[in-house]
Amino acid sequence: MDIEHIRKDFPILNQQVNGKPLVYFDNAATTQKPLPVIQRITDYYLHENSNVHRGVHHLSLVATEAYEKARSFVANYINAEDSKEIIFTRGTTESVNLLATVLSPWIQAGDEIVISGMEHHSNLVPWQQLCERNKARLKVLPVDLDGTIDLNFLKKMLTPQVKLLAITHISNVLGTINPVKEIVRIAHEQGVPVLLDGAQGIAHAKVDVQDIGADFYAFSGHKIYAPMGIGILYGRFTWLRRLPPYQFGGEMIDKVSFEKTTFNELPYKYEAGTPNVAGALGLEAALRYVEEIGLDNIFDHEDKLLQYATKKLQDIEGMRIFGHAKDKAAVISFLINGVHPYDLGMLLDQMGIAVRTGHHCAEPLMDFYGIQGTVRSSFGMYNTMEEIDVFADAVEKAVQMLR
Amino acid sequence: MNIAKKEQEVIEDFSLFEDWMDKYSYLIELGKELPLIDEKYKTNQYLISGCQSRVWLYAELKDGKMILTADSDAVITKGIISLLVSVLSNHTPAEILEAKLNFLEQIGLKEHLSPTRANGLSSMVRQIMLYARAFQIKLKQE
Repeated sequence: MDIEHIRKDFPILNQQVNGKPLVYFDNAATTQKPLPVIQRITDYYLHENSNVHRGVHHLSLVATEAYEKARSFVANYINAEDSKEIIFTRGTTESVNLLATVLSPWIQAGDEIVISGMEHHSNLVPWQQLCERNKARLKVLPVDLDGTIDLNFLKKMLTPQVKLLAITHISNVLGTINPVKEIVRIAHEQGVPVLLDGAQGIAHAKVDVQDIGADFYAFSGHKIYAPMGIGILYGRFTWLRRLPPYQFGGEMIDKVSFEKTTFNELPYKYEAGTPNVAGALGLEAALRYVEEIGLDNIFDHEDKLLQYATKKLQDIEGMRIFGHAKDKAAVISFLINGVHPYDLGMLLDQMGIAVRTGHHCAEPLMDFYGIQGTVRSSFGMYNTMEEIDVFADAVEKAVQMLR
Repeated sequence: MNIAKKEQEVIEDFSLFEDWMDKYSYLIELGKELPLIDEKYKTNQYLISGCQSRVWLYAELKDGKMILTADSDAVITKGIISLLVSVLSNHTPAEILEAKLNFLEQIGLKEHLSPTRANGLSSMVRQIMLYARAFQIKLKQE
């Protein structure tokens, strides 16, 4: 894997911030976009833009074909059985909200939904609100101090009242790669369907929905080098077919009269209104790009970055890293004794380094560790060992200033 | 000394610094100095939620002048608070309401006051101005 070559595809990385070369370590928040993705969006608007699925004219057919090809590409990428199982959304958050809305009639008073203690707010609040509305109960699978979950405990929690298990594939704070295939197997043994939040998983793990066996898988394009504003809800056909529609309007209908409306078939049933066609094409281009570099090459490189950065950070006095799972993605959340994460983030920014500070939209997890927030550095395919050296030196320098 | 003069003094202090490190080291020193607020006011009642760094602000009126005390759990935020308090505190509400606070821009710290910074500083300034307006009304009624 030729990092220098890859970096040429990401011109945004080649800039100065506060007079220093940018070191972009905020990839868990969003990744940068390679030229082929930017070019694909540009080409669409230069040559193909038209509304999809309704026109008789040439451009409309071109756009529709491109949009549906993107859907098929995503289906193949995550090995869905059928491209009808791929719903385009705005992102993970909308995917989860869509599901929480359409599952609502299925959740009765006294039912239970299980989530884990490491969920991002977007895979927590929609379920909490649904439970509140339907007088159901939200149960939380606890996280161990090392940032992992206990599968034996999960088994015990999956009582007959449980109607859904919603859990993250990879923690955006701890980097923990959950054993999702095993989790799904345990849940299915108890007859409980599973939603996996793949916001981080899509970029840092091989996602084969049939192999994993998940009933639903949600992710955002922008975490895997695709544009913002496009995401996916994968749902097994047998599920999506019987669930009610989400939003109502154009495209999602079959026949409309003032007395009655019948709804379109999958996947259009869930895509009311004009979709983000450019986003879908950008997503396809990003997935193609990732495949071309090679998933294994990327994961291998990211793991080297993770190991090296962990080792370098651990040498800093007072360092406390959160998340020690054996299977861990390229995310390091940390605190340094006596140093406020916001102060450290500010000083790193002065040195051209972009990290995330704060609670990372996982306040209950912060409460569990008894902290206000952390500093989080997260890596992507274009990051280098040299950048980690720069980062570790910068952290040392900042800590000296702050202590 | 009026507010504008105090602002000018801060600008002169900062003009001595050659690079960002000196500037931030100075802010950190300011931030580390004595507590700026009575512990009894470091409660949720006086907390300005800034999402990332927390800011506590207390204002009272003494002899027609506003006395401001504040604190933060992040030391750089606290340093900037200390600048704001030193410039604004001990002035009448009318003077505070007229303050331009241009000095933050001139010393290259304006970005910290941006509402997108999530450090509570912009909310703190807004809160100071709300206090000033309330105290001004109170003074007029007396």
